[in-house]
Amino acid sequence: MRKQTKNNLITFIGTAVVFFGLAALSQAGQLNNKINGMLVLIGIYVILAVSLNLTVGVLGELSLGHAGFWCIGAYVSGTVSLILQNSPNVAVPDWLRFTAALIAGGIAAAVFGVLIGIPVLRLRGDYLAIVTLGFGEIMKSLANNIYLVMDNNGLHFGFTQAPELAENSEGAKELLRGPIGMSAPQDTNIWIVTVVLLICLAVLMMFIDSKSGRACMAVRDNYIAAQSVGINVTKFRLMAFTISAAIAGIAGGLYSHSISLLAAKTFDYNKSILILVFVVLGGLGSLRGSIIATIILYALPELFREVGQYRMLIYAIVLIGMMIFNNAPFFIQLRERIGASAPVQRIKGMFKRDKKTAGGAE
Amino acid sequence: MMSFVSYLVNGLSLGSIYALIALGYTMVYGIAKMLNFAHGDIIMVGGYAAFITMATSWCPLWLSMLITVAVCTVLGVVIEKVAYKPLRGAPPLAVLITAIGVSYLLQNIALLTQTANPRTFTSVAAGAPPFMLAFEGKAPLFFTNAADSPYGDLKPVLTISMETFLAIVVSVVIMIALTLFINKTKAGKAMLACSEDKGAAQLMGINVNGTITLTFAIGSALAAVAAVLMCSTYPQITPYTGSMPGIKAFVAAVFGGIGSIPGAMIGGVLLGVIELLSKAYISSQLSDAIVFLVLIIVLVVRPTGIMGKKMNEKV
Repeated sequence: MRKQTKNNLITFIGTAVVFFGLAALSQAGQLNNKINGMLVLIGIYVILAVSLNLTVGVLGELSLGHAGFWCIGAYVSGTVSLILQNSPNVAVPDWLRFTAALIAGGIAAAVFGVLIGIPVLRLRGDYLAIVTLGFGEIMKSLANNIYLVMDNNGLHFGFTQAPELAENSEGAKELLRGPIGMSAPQDTNIWIVTVVLLICLAVLMMFIDSKSGRACMAVRDNYIAAQSVGINVTKFRLMAFTISAAIAGIAGGLYSHSISLLAAKTFDYNKSILILVFVVLGGLGSLRGSIIATIILYALPELFREVGQYRMLIYAIVLIGMMIFNNAPFFIQLRERIGASAPVQRIKGMFKRDKKTAGGAE
Repeated sequence: MMSFVSYLVNGLSLGSIYALIALGYTMVYGIAKMLNFAHGDIIMVGGYAAFITMATSWCPLWLSMLITVAVCTVLGVVIEKVAYKPLRGAPPLAVLITAIGVSYLLQNIALLTQTANPRTFTSVAAGAPPFMLAFEGKAPLFFTNAADSPYGDLKPVLTISMETFLAIVVSVVIMIALTLFINKTKAGKAMLACSEDKGAAQLMGINVNGTITLTFAIGSALAAVAAVLMCSTYPQITPYTGSMPGIKAFVAAVFGGIGSIPGAMIGGVLLGVIELLSKAYISSQLSDAIVFLVLIIVLVVRPTGIMGKKMNEKV
């Protein structure tokens, strides 16, 4: 068995065991409410982190707008679900409606991924980062201003204000309520999240391990060299960007079906940055690292609520300390000199696939 | 027509505040090649420093302004020494995440010490009369106080508040001073040299570390001025006050071509004008989306911003 395949299998099976185990424990009532409530969110953040890792780690481009794709997925799939649920003449079973909604969310995010990717991927480095940030904020603002009402005459769409209904309107139901948001049916549970997560993980692994994935890494490592050996740079960049967007869209679908009231202001750039922190601390290009880092970084501050108000302060200090300790030339030399580097490097080697980093200045 | 002029003036005022913040971003980027995400939070700290000192009875206005600038400058230098300096030579993404960590840190310190309740900032120009313009036939009349006007029944067609006026004047003065400083003094030229080529600058005997520290100090001092001007115009302050103007100024810096000082000035002013005009004529909820949309269009047409230099990659 190839080393790469073995590595992927370990990650895949490990994730499956951890998440199915947690789901079973939660089902059996062995976990307290706090952890139960977190499980679904952790799963969603793991999906977001592995999908962002495709853009930042494998493609090597810094994206600060991942929450934008998440937002599109959440809104589109939530709306699809609400429309199917409230249409009087369509009877769909719940599982089919939910599946259709998730797929719709993924497709919508992928379409936006292509639309935004074509102009944006011409840029590189920090310019790409700021444009993706802008894109995320635009999506948030647009979602914040959409109104959608359904009555016996069909759908009524309003932008920045609620639509006016006709005189004979009956049974009007507000599906999207601008800044207030929407309330999609609560279908998501930890089992579904786990299954979706594993599917996404498998897709990502197969993509990264495929010819296209290797082409993306070649572009990341040396743009000009990749171009000169005949790799169609734009095509592979766009492909990876779109897959990353689509998976974030599916995560959005899971998210909108997991909380009772979804407001667009959730998807601000701080969320994109939060996901980026998971990816960077987990190790660029390493799916396993992203999964572990997300679980630890998301769960820790939540579990330490006893420290109360100081927990985010501690989080910030740990974040700075970890970045300096891991990356500062001084500390790297110090570790090598006292020989402490070997075990650290061995542990790091488990998570790291490549030395090259993404984004930032060149 | 006059309402357009009024929006334009307000936009210029907002834009000059953005420009001051964007200068800090662009100078740091030009020299340290890093996106200083904590810059917006330095504005927030400046706002609180001004708020606290102005609330005390013993502190005259000029002294509290001075303290604000000093606090921000020291903070900027300390952040650079403690968090960013050890990471020189590290991958850019590591520095970026550290900057995000510093931003979280500042927000949470503010949250713990000042609570999340918004504070109402007293304008530095509180009580100063607005400038007014009226027309008597064809002749324009300027006056500052409606009661002073010899034509008491005349309605002003254009009113500009003292804060708006102050923001524009202070920013213009600072920008001129900064341009002179960078082009005429030794330290300023050292900054330019460092941003061109750090290695060569060091070989020429320039103290690169000192220059980087100086850049952070100047950038943070500008942020302090921007904080006072901004909080005077929009008198609410919370621990998250700095983040949105910070991001907008960051956009302004990219807009003008990041690393370019005149670019940051033009980018900031343009951004403020676009934001206010779209607030006035299109939709107030969508103004942010319009600002970012314009940014995307500009960058797609000119991938290095308005004043950015096009770099050819060497193989």
